[in-house]
Amino acid sequence: MNEENLPNPNRRDFIKKASVIAGIAVAPGIVLHSVSQAKSPDEAVSNKIRWGLLIDTTKCAEDCNVCVQACNTEHGLTGHDRPATDPQWIRKIGLKDKMTGKTYSLPVMCQHCEHPPCADVCPTGASFKRADGIVLVDKHICIGCRYCMMACPYKARSFVHETLEDQKSYSPRGKGTVESCTLCTHQVDNGQQPACADACSNKAIIFGNLNDENSEIAQTLKTVSSAALRPNLELNPSVRYQGL
Amino acid sequence: MMKPVVYSQLEGKKLGFYGLLALLGSLILIGLGAAYYMEHQGHWVTGMNNQIVWGMPHIFAIFLILAASGVLNIASIGSVFKKPIYKPLGRLSGLLAITLLVGGLCVLVLDLGHPDRLIVAMTHYNFKSIFAWNVILYSGFMGIVGIYLWWMMERQMQKYYPIAGFVAFIWRLMLTTGTGSIFGFLVAREAYDTAILAPLFIAMSLALGLAVFLLVLIATYKWTERPLGEVILQRLNNLLGVFVGVVFYFVLAYHLTNLYITENHGIESFVLLNGGIFTITFWVGQILIGNILPLLNIYVFDFGKTTVGIVVSSLLIIFGGFAQLFVIIIGGQSYPLEMFPGMTVTESSFFDAAARHLYEPSLWEILLGLGGVAFAIFITILAMRLLQFLPKSLADVDVDPHAKKV
Repeated sequence: MNEENLPNPNRRDFIKKASVIAGIAVAPGIVLHSVSQAKSPDEAVSNKIRWGLLIDTTKCAEDCNVCVQACNTEHGLTGHDRPATDPQWIRKIGLKDKMTGKTYSLPVMCQHCEHPPCADVCPTGASFKRADGIVLVDKHICIGCRYCMMACPYKARSFVHETLEDQKSYSPRGKGTVESCTLCTHQVDNGQQPACADACSNKAIIFGNLNDENSEIAQTLKTVSSAALRPNLELNPSVRYQGL
Repeated sequence: MMKPVVYSQLEGKKLGFYGLLALLGSLILIGLGAAYYMEHQGHWVTGMNNQIVWGMPHIFAIFLILAASGVLNIASIGSVFKKPIYKPLGRLSGLLAITLLVGGLCVLVLDLGHPDRLIVAMTHYNFKSIFAWNVILYSGFMGIVGIYLWWMMERQMQKYYPIAGFVAFIWRLMLTTGTGSIFGFLVAREAYDTAILAPLFIAMSLALGLAVFLLVLIATYKWTERPLGEVILQRLNNLLGVFVGVVFYFVLAYHLTNLYITENHGIESFVLLNGGIFTITFWVGQILIGNILPLLNIYVFDFGKTTVGIVVSSLLIIFGGFAQLFVIIIGGQSYPLEMFPGMTVTESSFFDAAARHLYEPSLWEILLGLGGVAFAIFITILAMRLLQFLPKSLADVDVDPHAKKV
C-alpha cells in the first residue's frame, strides 16, 4: 500500500470532531459550575453579593428594543393597547444634550437603589430590598396605594390596572398591586443573568456582582467612567450608565 | 352670667330629614357601586394611570381629612384657648372631626388596589413610612376625639375634658403635619420635597374645616329652626378670613422660595405660566375663587357679613380648596420627573418625553369621592339624631355674656 492510498486524516475534520468531544466533555462542567455558583432554593440571599447592571449607552442602538421585548416576554407583560396603563418594567429613552446636541439611547428600569425611596414610603413594607440589593414588591402585602410610584425618582414602577391571565409561574404578578423590574431574580438565583442582559446582542448591558472585584461589571466600572441617574439624590443605585 | 347651654338631638320628624338621608344614602350606594366597578374592572377604567397614580379619590380624601382636622379647631378654641363663646360649638366640632375623617378614609381605602387588604395595612407597619404613621395618627385621632367628646358630654367627666382637648389639639397638628408630609417627603418630584407643605396643609385644614363647619352649622340651624345669633356667625366669619389669609401666606412663601431657586424654575413656570389646566386652576380656582373673592367678601363687601354671604364665602373657599388640591396632587404628578438634567427627552414609550402627563378624571372616581362626602354627612346627621350635639339656641343672648339684652 503506498502512502497515497492511505486514508488521509483531514485536519479540519479532526479539529471539528475534537471540538465536539471537548465540548461534550466540558459543557457539563460549565453547567455544574454555574449551578454550584447558584444558591440553593433554601439558602438565603446574602449581602456579600450586590447585583447590578452596567449599561453602555455608546453600544445601545437607538432603534433597538430587544431588551424591552425580552423583559416583556420573560415576565408575561402583555399590553392592552393602552400605553398609559400598560405595565412597562423597562423602557427605552432617547436623549439629546441641550447644549451640545449629542444624542443618547438607553434603557431605564428599576435602578435597585441602595436607599430605595419606594421601600422608605411603603406603609406595609411590601416594597423592600433584598440583602443582595434587588428591590422587590411583596405581592402578598402590597395594598395597592401607589405611594411607591409617587416616590420612585425613576418612574420605574407600574400598577397592575387589569385582570391578569396566563401568568408566568416564576414571575407572579397581582392585579391591584405595584410591580417593577425584579432583575429576573428567578434567573439570578439560578446562576443566570436577567433576560435583558441576555438578550442584548450589542453587549450593552453587563450584569454582575458589584461586590466581587473580579467580576466583569466591577472590573469595567473600575476602568470606564460611569454615572448613576439623579446622583444628587444619593440613593446609590445598582444600575450605572457608561457614556452618558 | 351666661345661661347654661342646653343641647338636644335632632327631632328628625320632618319629611326633609328623611329625604336628606335618602338622598345621601343613594349617593353612598352609588359611590360604593363605583368603587366596586373600579376594583372589579381594574383601575384602567379610571382616569388614573402609571403617570398620574393618584387622582380624584385622593383629592376628595385629602380634602375630607384636612377638613376633619381643621374643623376640630372650633372645639380647641373653646377648651384650649378658653374662649367661652366657642364652647357650645365644641360637640359639633368634635363630631364633624370624626365623621369627615371617616368619610375621607373610606374614599382612600376604597381606591386602593386591594381594599380587601385593609387588615394588612393595620398589621404590617413600616415605621419609616409617613403613610404608616398616618394610619396610626388617623386611628389615634378618632380615639382621642371620641374621648374628648365623651368627656365633653358626660357631666361627671367634664372636669377632665380640657385635658382631652389639649391632647386632641396637639394630635390634630401632628395629623395634618403627617398629611402634608405625605407629599413633603417625596424627594422624587419637584413640586413636593419641601417641609413647607406641612404648615401649608395645616393652614388649609383650618380654612377648609371652618368653611365646612359654617355650612353645616348654618344649614342645620336653618332647617331645624334653631336660633343662630350674629355674634357667633361674625366671629367665625372673621376667623375664616384670617385662615384664608394664612393659606395665602404659605402659598406665597412656597412659590417665592421656588422662584428664587433656579432648579425649581421648571415646576414654577409649569404651575404659574404654561401648565395649561393647572395654571388656569391655580390662578382662577385657587387664587381668585379660593382666596381673593372670599377675602373681599369677608372684609370688604357688606354682603359677606350676611348669612347668605357667609355661605357664599364658605362655598368659594371649599371650591378653592379643591382647586388647590388639584394643583398640588395632580399638577405635581403631571409635571414630568427631571431625570436627566441638561437633556431633552426625545423619545420614550413611557411618556418621559411628554411636556405634561395627562389626566382625565373618570366619573367613577368622582362618584366614589362624592360617596365619601355623603357618608360623612350621613353619619353626622345620624349622630345628631341620636345624641345631644347641638345647642338648642346659639342666639346672642345665650352664648355671649356681653350681648345686649333684647
